[in-house]
Amino acid sequence: MLENLTDRMSKALRNLRGIGKLTEENMAEALKEVRTALLSADVHFKVARQFVEDVKAAAMGQEVLASVTPGQQIVKIINDELVKLLGEGAGQLLDKKPLRIMLVGLHGSGKTTTSAKLAKRLAKEGYRPALVGCDIYRPAAIDQLETLCRQENFRCYTDRNSKDVPKIGRAGMEWAKEQDANLIIFDTAGRLQIDHDLIEEVKKLRDKIVPDEVLLVADAALGQEAVNVAQHFNDAVHLTGIVLTKLDGDARGGAALSMKTITGVPIKFMGTGEKMDDFEIFHADRMAQRILGMGDVVSLVEKA
Amino acid sequence: MASFFSRFKEGLKKTTPTFYKIFGKVGGIFSGKKLDASSLDELEEALYGADFGVETATEIIEEIQAAYKQDKSLRGQDAARIGATVLKRVLAGAEFSTDFRAHNPEVICLIGVNGSGKTTTAAKLAWRFKEEGRGVTLGACDTFRAAANEQIKTWADRLGLDLVASQHKADAAAVAFDAWQAANSRHRDILILDTAGRLHTKSNLMEELKKIRRVLQKHDETAPHHAWLVVDGSLGSNSIEQARVFHEAFGLTGLIITKLDGTSRGGALVGIYRELGIPIAYVGLGEQKEDLQPFSVENYVNAIFGIEE
Ligand SMILES: Nc1nc2c(ncn2[C@@H]2O[C@H](COP(=O)(O)OP(=O)(O)OP(=O)(O)O)[C@@H](O)[C@H]2O)c(=O)[nH]1
Ligand SMILES: Nc1nc2c(ncn2[C@@H]2O[C@H](COP(=O)(O)OP(=O)(O)OP(=O)(O)O)[C@@H](O)[C@H]2O)c(=O)[nH]1
Ligand SMILES: [Mg+2]
Ligand SMILES: [Mg+2]
Repeated sequence: MLENLTDRMSKALRNLRGIGKLTEENMAEALKEVRTALLSADVHFKVARQFVEDVKAAAMGQEVLASVTPGQQIVKIINDELVKLLGEGAGQLLDKKPLRIMLVGLHGSGKTTTSAKLAKRLAKEGYRPALVGCDIYRPAAIDQLETLCRQENFRCYTDRNSKDVPKIGRAGMEWAKEQDANLIIFDTAGRLQIDHDLIEEVKKLRDKIVPDEVLLVADAALGQEAVNVAQHFNDAVHLTGIVLTKLDGDARGGAALSMKTITGVPIKFMGTGEKMDDFEIFHADRMAQRILGMGDVVSLVEKA
Repeated sequence: MASFFSRFKEGLKKTTPTFYKIFGKVGGIFSGKKLDASSLDELEEALYGADFGVETATEIIEEIQAAYKQDKSLRGQDAARIGATVLKRVLAGAEFSTDFRAHNPEVICLIGVNGSGKTTTAAKLAWRFKEEGRGVTLGACDTFRAAANEQIKTWADRLGLDLVASQHKADAAAVAFDAWQAANSRHRDILILDTAGRLHTKSNLMEELKKIRRVLQKHDETAPHHAWLVVDGSLGSNSIEQARVFHEAFGLTGLIITKLDGTSRGGALVGIYRELGIPIAYVGLGEQKEDLQPFSVENYVNAIFGIEE
């Protein structure tokens, strides 16, 4: 497993101590270990392959430090690459009032919960939020959103009689403006990225409400399909960010690296629990260490 | 792009008999053509892309490579057959079967992480049993999530199912206790308990599951007779860890893999079965009541490798 990536790398590089430079030949075995480690963290195989190439390029010719093992040294290089990749554009939403945010994603990824979490967070930053329920399919989706809004005292627009999602979105937006809201969050139904009709629906909704931010809400434990999912949603509705959910579990979260690398869409927030306050700005460094399954080595090498 | 498992859904009718089901874009290279070193590399990556896990992917590729060494004229379809043979071997015994007639009522408890599809699956299962003429009661033991009750109630109304629910924030175990009593006094054959989503990393929530079991056993020492983990088929290797921890805490007897109507191959089920030997009872193929099918190794493997019988 990943916990002992450093051990395995150290083993792969054990003959390296004191021999000077890292080269393609002497790193080959270690890089294979890296690839296996990334794959078992659910990083997409193409992304893993490219990543290993990048690491190789970054490490080649480096002096082997005396104070750490070559294994630790490579792990540090990998970590830095990961932080760089994951971190580009991370964090912030558009700084703008009014702000319109639409959430999209697969079934059960955490969209409805995240709508309320986002509203709560941004309310603290001075926004006056309103939520609009655009899921007409899932049983009790409207009740769920209304319950969360009641609990948190958010304005909420729903329409139990309409089946026209773009129209509901538009009406909700007008209503929210009348309510003097300057943050409007649109919760949408879970959908497969290959479901043609539902993808068309969300595109039409997007055209009606013209959101400033379109966030893909994705389970941190997604497997190899993460890339496919992110790519299709991005093509359909032009994502401006990704929210990773359920990071309170112990998934390594390689999907985060895959989605970011392939689409270039920045990861902005992370969900860390079912409660409304379990929500944070995305931290690339923590995510990198999680994917690698280690934190100690990095600080060790940093001190060296 | 069509779902990998649309053939399950279409009642396992004939569909495109090609290799590309698993090998995606590279299918064209493989299907009828001879393999070479670079196509073998691509093949290996495609196997990783199915979420089978490193171990199974390696096993398959090694057998294909061994066969290729013997016979350089090996073609794509031959490799697919080798892959299918290995996968069938790995999944031998993974099917689930019982007639659910040993207890009154026979208790099925659905558990799993947040959003995996428990509530929807509970409704689909109940409907399925009802169609077969069995008496079914649903027990709504998710007393935690916002509108969890409303969700299962909507299903129960829609499908005309018998439901026992309680107040929001009530004790989940108490609902299980009441639901058993109701099912028993109404002479139901089967009781299906839906529970709140919980991550396996939350020990207090795992304790709650054990309490549900203890309370049920006041009625029937052997309950629940089926402890099924509902797993989202689009998740990767973490599903194995989930299954391991739920198994330790609750003693799983079966798996249900949902959302296979997407493009995911649900390969994590291979890893779970390989590691824990828990059979796969059903697969979920959509959001509607009829989108649930018993798991068949033959169908699964053939769908994945695009093999037609
Ligand atoms: N542990 C944990 N659970 C979460 C998190 N975010 C959401 N959930 C839970 O995940 C489940 C699904 O969340 P929802 O918000 O209903 O997901 P959704 O994407 O709106 O689902 P659909 O509308 O059915 O597609 C619920 O049980 C939530 O409480 C998180 O960060 N951590
Ligand atoms: N496409 C597809 N969607 C599914 C399937 N099974 C469930 N869903 C959807 O997944 C979402 C979550 O399903 P639920 O049944 O609410 O999941 P849950 O495990 O009860 O969720 P929590 O109680 O919040 O933990 C809903 O939008 C369902 O419609 C399936 O087989 N295919
Ligand atoms: Mg929702
Ligand atoms: Mg549920």
